Amino acid sequence: MIAETAHTAPGLALALILLSAAFTDNILLTRFLGMCPFLSISRQLRSAFGMGLAVVFVTTGTCVLNYWLYVYLLKPLEAYGVPAESLKLILFIVVIAAFVQLMEMLIERISIRLYFSLGIFLPLITVNCAILGASLFMVNNVASRGFGTLDVLVYGFGTGLGWFIAILLMAGIRHRLRNAKVPAALEGAGITLIITGIMAMAFVIFQGMIKL
Amino acid sequence: MTFLQPILLATLAACGLTTVLAGLLLVAERYLVRYGTCRIDVNAGGRVLEVEGGQSLLASLMGQSIFIPSACGGRGTCAYCKLKVLEGGGPVAPTELPLLTEQEVADNVRISCQVKVRNDVRIEVPEPLLSVREYRGVVERIRDLTHDIKELRIRLVEPREIDFTAGQYVQLEAPAYGDNPEPVYRAYSMSSVPSEKAAIELILRLVPGGICTTWVFTILKEGDEVTFNGPYGGFRLSDTGSGMVWIAGGSGMAPFWSMVRHMKQQGLARPCRYFFGAVKQRDLFLVDELRQLEKELDWFTFTPALSGPTDGDEWPGERGRITEVVAKHVADGSELEAYLCGSPGMIDAAAAVLRGKGITEERTYFDKFG
Repeated sequence: MIAETAHTAPGLALALILLSAAFTDNILLTRFLGMCPFLSISRQLRSAFGMGLAVVFVTTGTCVLNYWLYVYLLKPLEAYGVPAESLKLILFIVVIAAFVQLMEMLIERISIRLYFSLGIFLPLITVNCAILGASLFMVNNVASRGFGTLDVLVYGFGTGLGWFIAILLMAGIRHRLRNAKVPAALEGAGITLIITGIMAMAFVIFQGMIKL
Repeated sequence: MTFLQPILLATLAACGLTTVLAGLLLVAERYLVRYGTCRIDVNAGGRVLEVEGGQSLLASLMGQSIFIPSACGGRGTCAYCKLKVLEGGGPVAPTELPLLTEQEVADNVRISCQVKVRNDVRIEVPEPLLSVREYRGVVERIRDLTHDIKELRIRLVEPREIDFTAGQYVQLEAPAYGDNPEPVYRAYSMSSVPSEKAAIELILRLVPGGICTTWVFTILKEGDEVTFNGPYGGFRLSDTGSGMVWIAGGSGMAPFWSMVRHMKQQGLARPCRYFFGAVKQRDLFLVDELRQLEKELDWFTFTPALSGPTDGDEWPGERGRITEVVAKHVADGSELEAYLCGSPGMIDAAAAVLRGKGITEERTYFDKFG
């Protein structure tokens, strides 16, 4: 569908990529990737906001970098027998790790407050499966839908945005939960997972409307 | 050869990419993470350090030879490296919170390995940690106090001054000599007053067969160079102002000889009864000086006691074991604090007597020779 519309209205195609990545294919709520920071940082709205922004930035950046890596290095090497599909797993992680480190230095330089509100969780993005997941799914889309750089940029941004929205919503809900009487056994992670499940249902409902 | 090609190419691609990224990170680190020179003010101007910013506070202090205890190596798990950061530490990081109590957070206590030096900071380091160092000195005087007790006076060479509190000790290094194959360290309390910073005095009793005391008694001469480190120890006057009972034997005199003169200098008038136990008169020392202090200071009494004076000894003072003498003189200890310095046997016996007089374990401080 994207491929079809891409010929007629590129703007619409990009909008569809964005919407599907952020909502119907929400990486957190439909694939349950990136759960650790989602559970631990959603306790505070301010931290959730910072973490969400970091994820948006990192997914957008790493998706594009990994796309170039895949298209301009790994794919050509495949002709010489290099197993691009296996190698991409390792190299994507390396790129993400370096990018996150860079990001950490930048955030520390720009805003000490944000740096501190994220603290140890920033380096955790390095091993956040949502970010690696975004890059790997991106490669699938390159193969099946013929994504270009701009498509990938929007896709990465959309994926991060979806995660951002999910953690912001959760932080907001948990903020209100503070005054609610939660059964002792469900406090903390328990009630958070249940709420995540209900949120996921709401997001999945739209899958029939936009299908990548 | 052809089957190697993909392996070589894949390795080359992976290594090349990693190298490029590592280089990029190094450049970023060079230009992004630069804080310039930061000043660390330790104990309200007690010491001001200039360090290159960007490192953890713990590492910066280590680089300046201020050794803060740390067991985990700066990973933020052992919480030994707690320090008060009064200014410039930034907000408390989430990595510190689990290791700090609410009270500590309110008191500006931080985990120093998790605090990055980004700007000028003001910190508080417990004085004892600050001043543990290795000192070189020259023996200025060796004085016989009794037939088997000597006083050793060491003038400091490098560093030239030492800060300590009355009651603390240093570890004196006895070098390899004779049958002693390698340097050993033995602890001796300072008998000099803290206000005298350029020299220390130690009181040593000859231990038959003891490596360090034998060395001091037979080999060490005035003018020789010695090495020691310190100061150490929490044997010190409390801040309460309560009346005190001091009990010592032999070279256990040292901390009290320092304390009483320190109190006199500082004008700390605190009721204080000092019991000193020896066997014969020839084992007594500094008695005249202490008697003199007793006359000058209305809050201080000195009671030497001999446990085994021979018939030839004309001894007008107290006789008997020090524990018996203390039991006789101390009536109600419920308001008193006890300070004990001597052999473990003497300390345990004295502590038991004092317990019977109502001086609790919490109010009994001791420095045991071990």
